[in-house]
Amino acid sequence: MKISIPDSITMEKNNIKIAVLSGKGGAGKTLVSVNLASAAEGSVYIDCDVEEPNGYLFFKPDGVAEEEVSVDMPYVFQQACNGCRRCVDFCKFNALAYIINKLIIFEEVCHSCGGCLLLCPAKALLKKKKVIGRIQKGISEKVEIYTGILNIGEASGIPIIKRLFDRSAVYEDKPVFIDCPPGSACIVMESIKKADYCVLVAEPTLFGVHDLDMVYKLVRLFNKPYGAVLNKCIPGENPAEDYCTQKGIRIIGRVDFDSELGIINSNAKIAVRENEKYKKIFLSMLQKITGEVRA
Amino acid sequence: MKIAVPADEKDMDATVCPSFGRAPYFLIYDTSSKEASFIDNSAAASQGGAGIKAAQTIIDNKAEVLLTPRCGQNAAVVINAANIKIYKTEDESVKKNIDSFLEGYLAPLEDIHPGFHNHGEK
Repeated sequence: MKISIPDSITMEKNNIKIAVLSGKGGAGKTLVSVNLASAAEGSVYIDCDVEEPNGYLFFKPDGVAEEEVSVDMPYVFQQACNGCRRCVDFCKFNALAYIINKLIIFEEVCHSCGGCLLLCPAKALLKKKKVIGRIQKGISEKVEIYTGILNIGEASGIPIIKRLFDRSAVYEDKPVFIDCPPGSACIVMESIKKADYCVLVAEPTLFGVHDLDMVYKLVRLFNKPYGAVLNKCIPGENPAEDYCTQKGIRIIGRVDFDSELGIINSNAKIAVRENEKYKKIFLSMLQKITGEVRA
Repeated sequence: MKIAVPADEKDMDATVCPSFGRAPYFLIYDTSSKEASFIDNSAAASQGGAGIKAAQTIIDNKAEVLLTPRCGQNAAVVINAANIKIYKTEDESVKKNIDSFLEGYLAPLEDIHPGFHNHGEK
């Protein structure tokens, strides 16, 4: 069966938000999200993989502007501390310890919830700002590129992701592509919260199935429309495809394990900008996603 | 003097737990009364910062010496702040390690690891 695929899709006045996720790193989130964003043109790409952002390596954005992201940290005014240890007992992450009449705060362990400040009866805990990373904004052809970067050793990248969404919220008429962090933890939840559609990228291995299962459960929990992209397809059996059939997950696209794509990718080039063949593959995915979200 | 040792069970013949922060129990041995007591390590199931909380527990139990095979950076900061000395256990029961320590055979623990950041410190 031959499906007709348009040369481009009108994405104007289309503010659909598409999150691309997978249970592990290396499955192809960045490949899929970068190429979808490039195929859509006039789009916004947000790299939420703040521990290891790499979308910018492909887009090589121009006119990059940067801003720091900071969080509130507690610091202690020792003379006021009465040693009640309510803060120590409260902290679920054990970021505080009380030793020989002195409160110690472990900033790398603190998740900036502010609970210790609220509980302190002596008002001995005060707020200070701590820079945990930064966001960058640039442009690559018609794609607005947002990148979140978390400093090494920080506990949580969630404040960076929140800032990315705050800053990119200005585009009311552009499709947004969210390159998620790997896995299914809090940081991924934060990344898909505002998504209209979730693309699950899977590898054709048993590991791939395990990881697909994690993100499948997550998007179901969040009641998001979803579909799978089978990456690195080779002739023969594909456990990820079998899993999709078994769970009734719609397969919205396939990307073959092919050396041409590998070479383009290894040279940090964007496949849809290099070869019409790839543009058709990713436009076809986009068409299925927009069709499903609009329906 | 009180000695703390991370233990896998509440028993003098128990093995020393390879993790300090996530050990299920701590043995607190009092050298003057020769009494041993076992306390639950409430940090064992922590979401994070187990070493910090475990260190707080042994400090609150007035330990002056800690015998452990390993110790993370954050735990070491807390333990050092309380002037507790850390010695490296040999691969044996808690009882044998206490005997070895009292006979002067255990060396101070010097290789403080940078922590596991919630990955694998079990």
